Amino acid sequence: MIGVIQFPGSCDERDALAACERVGEARMVWHEETDLSGIDGVVVPGGFSYGDYLRAGAIARFAPAMGAVSEFAARGGPVLGICNGFQVLCEAGLLPGALLPNGGLRFICRQVDLVAESCDSPFAAELEPGARLSIPVKHMTGRFFAPEAELDRLGAEGRVAFRYAAGENPNGSARDIAGVTNEAGNVLGLMPHPEHAVDPLTGSDDGLTLFRALARQPSPA
Amino acid sequence: MKAKVLIRPRQGILDPQGKAVERALPALGFEGVSNVRVGRLVELETDDPSKLDALCESLLANPLIEDFEVETYDDSSAEPPDSRSSGPLTRPGSS
Repeated sequence: MIGVIQFPGSCDERDALAACERVGEARMVWHEETDLSGIDGVVVPGGFSYGDYLRAGAIARFAPAMGAVSEFAARGGPVLGICNGFQVLCEAGLLPGALLPNGGLRFICRQVDLVAESCDSPFAAELEPGARLSIPVKHMTGRFFAPEAELDRLGAEGRVAFRYAAGENPNGSARDIAGVTNEAGNVLGLMPHPEHAVDPLTGSDDGLTLFRALARQPSPA
Repeated sequence: MKAKVLIRPRQGILDPQGKAVERALPALGFEGVSNVRVGRLVELETDDPSKLDALCESLLANPLIEDFEVETYDDSSAEPPDSRSSGPLTRPGSS
């Protein structure tokens, strides 16, 4: 059972739920819930949680459900943060770095190509390094930032899950980084939206692979 | 105790808001303005000013990407430092 966290201000939770339901069982987890028993994987979806007041993700990290998600992640449970979910996980300290306003200061909504780099995380079970995925981005605050030494470390430790394909970096992200994992590899943050790429009808179903891999994860201890 | 917290993008980090403002100025005839950086100002009242730095580091600012300055002043002072002033942020007389 995959749990999709729903904050006030989330807006992609239904697409995330629908994507999960294509490959397994899923349910919505309201932000006030603190009991994740029976949940084998978590999606922190996109949107504008708590209005993105102060900074994107800054308030959502204090939601009761996020305490439970942190414990879940510490037990090794797989957590996928998408867009605003990525921002929330960075603010919560579950992922390195931060997301800054796009370099061009515009809201960007378009299809981009991603290249899988490190495929050690459970989310990349079906992917080989170098695999290309066509997945849309839609964000205002998606410029990944981390200090140079941290960027070196992320690359060396195989924690860069995805980079934007050459020439496709839409927002000025450092070293074209589109998605990173935590040290243990069970938490992935991704700026593009795989839940919007699950049916050829809308241009691509390349995002489905992440949800299939998530659905196949064993329950955490 | 009242406090003002000034938060701004860390030096060296591209501030696209500042750039956009900077680029708009010459169109209005304001030449020679550079290095515009846009931050935010948080005003608050607190019973325990000793916790202000921790409060800033854990919520008001993200130290990875933002610097902050805290200025406190007594409730009893008639007027808070005027944020519209063109003077420096911390002025003599404010503690």
